[in-house]
Amino acid sequence: MAGIDIEGLATVYPNGVRAVDGLDLHVADGEFFALLGPSGCGKTTLLRTIAGLESASEGTVRIDSVDVTRTEPGKRGVAMVFQDYALFPHMNVAENITYPLKVRRVAAATRAETAERTAGELSLNGLLERRPGQLSGGQQQRVALARAIASQGKVLLLDEPLSNLDARLRLEARTFLKKLQRDLGITTVFVTHDQAEALALADRIAVMESGKLRQLGTPREVFARPVNTFVANFIGSTPMNLLPGVVSSSGVSAAGGTLPAAASIPSGAEVTVGIRPEYLTLSTGDAIGPGLRGTVVVAENLGVQSLVSVDCDGTLIGVTVPEEQEPSVGKPVFLTAPPDRVLLYDRESGELLARQPVA
Amino acid sequence: MTPAYVVRRIGFYVLICAITVFFAVPMLWIASAPFDKNPGLGVHWPDWTFENVRKTLDHPYALHSMVNSLIICITTALAVTAFAALASYALSRVRIPGRDALLYGLLLLSSVVTGTAAMVPIFVMIYQLGLIDSRFGVALVMTGGLLPAAIFILKDFVDAVPKSYEESARVFGASTLQILRDVVLPVARPGLATIMVWAFVNSWGNFLVPFLLIRSIDLQPGAVLMQTLTDEGGSVNLQVLPVFSLLFSIPVVVLYLLVNSRYGFRFHGGIKS
Repeated sequence: MAGIDIEGLATVYPNGVRAVDGLDLHVADGEFFALLGPSGCGKTTLLRTIAGLESASEGTVRIDSVDVTRTEPGKRGVAMVFQDYALFPHMNVAENITYPLKVRRVAAATRAETAERTAGELSLNGLLERRPGQLSGGQQQRVALARAIASQGKVLLLDEPLSNLDARLRLEARTFLKKLQRDLGITTVFVTHDQAEALALADRIAVMESGKLRQLGTPREVFARPVNTFVANFIGSTPMNLLPGVVSSSGVSAAGGTLPAAASIPSGAEVTVGIRPEYLTLSTGDAIGPGLRGTVVVAENLGVQSLVSVDCDGTLIGVTVPEEQEPSVGKPVFLTAPPDRVLLYDRESGELLARQPVA
Repeated sequence: MTPAYVVRRIGFYVLICAITVFFAVPMLWIASAPFDKNPGLGVHWPDWTFENVRKTLDHPYALHSMVNSLIICITTALAVTAFAALASYALSRVRIPGRDALLYGLLLLSSVVTGTAAMVPIFVMIYQLGLIDSRFGVALVMTGGLLPAAIFILKDFVDAVPKSYEESARVFGASTLQILRDVVLPVARPGLATIMVWAFVNSWGNFLVPFLLIRSIDLQPGAVLMQTLTDEGGSVNLQVLPVFSLLFSIPVVVLYLLVNSRYGFRFHGGIKS
């Protein structure tokens, strides 16, 4: 087991695109680490650079404190599962799982034993003779994982591990994957464009945009306290409300009302106010304290809760309410928020403004 | 059902029948003439006998030429498949400027290599190499002629092998040769089989190259020997020729059936990427 250290890493394609652009990252031993970002942000390139399938243009990659920047993929001690699983269609499950051992000329008896054991760990018993084409998507994924585990790499790399599964299977596979990673305790880096997947699986998340790291933190940190408007927008299944606002003495005025804010920012500063729909409270009674006044425009049922869009002085603001409290359309409502949930971002740079309690 | 429609249908089926008969007659001839007591050039119900078969087997060169044909064609088919596999893998994976132009250029020129236009230079070249009257020399020239088209076809099959297969093998530590042997070639196997059969069939029927390059009658392949199957008077030996034709057609038919049953002659890799 081993950690990964990345310093000043850049991967530049021949056409001049800097897919990974000067990145520093440390993945701890045994950590389940997510690389998250929209398509084209360089997360897959970063993963492939760690694997050695792309060569780094600048910087270093160290696995288990050994510099592997110029090492062949096969000699880095990494195991990788590809997005399409890359199972060899002409080999059966057992042959697929033990291919990494065959490459290293391990004896056939040992290989058969490994296939049996690994297949058992991933509940693939009884499928060893099948061809990949005869397996379901979930089984194929487990074979790919089994093969990666059988190769006994120090680090496991997963490229979009769940994207090829259908929606229901994806949830099952997600739980399975998390449990497997915990049981094995193997350092794992996975790439995903799905923020929910990253939040659900990872111990820590690196949010990337255009080859750069935008935020690094635990799922809780990244969700509750995005350090810039890009991350704020990207994380969360219901998008964060981002409103233009001006700091005033009583808080921050935006969308025709005032929200409390706990930032030590001089009055009159122009900011972007960020607040998650989940952190807003909707009330239909009298207005008490600072808040936003508006009328309900749309209510979308999300199952256990509803996403209500409220028109506040011409700005649409999303707020989630429990299912039984869904207001009717056209109803005047009042929105309030706890001060520590209201985030203020610099209007120009989009960076989070330091939140310090007002003295 | 207007009368015009009926007439059109009748005309259509008559035409189909005529075309069918046109292609069926040689087939019927090859099926009946070898076992006929008085074989002619027409088709008629045979007067059954195995005398022709016996005569053919006794012919001093007939069976020998079949062996020659097999030696030449198996060598050619194996060489074409081996070289085309290596070349198409390289061309499929390595990015070189002008790669497609190179492929099309080769394809165009290949029809010249074994074609009539290049007969003299090829003869001179093989003469200088000292390969006149050698089955190996014939196989060499035919391999050269078939390779470009083989590379062109096989490259499509190799292109269809997903890159992630190879990368996966690479991460597990496989060398380029191991990747080619364990992953790429097995996945592209329908393509390899197609190329091998195609090369075999093409060289089996090739008359010009062995006709030019082989002098001794005991080294001639079937395709060349067939034109010498005449009796002392110079007229066609109608006792040996039909049987010989039948024997000559067997390998091609067998190969076709074999590949068709295993791969169904699909001209694609059959892999979803």
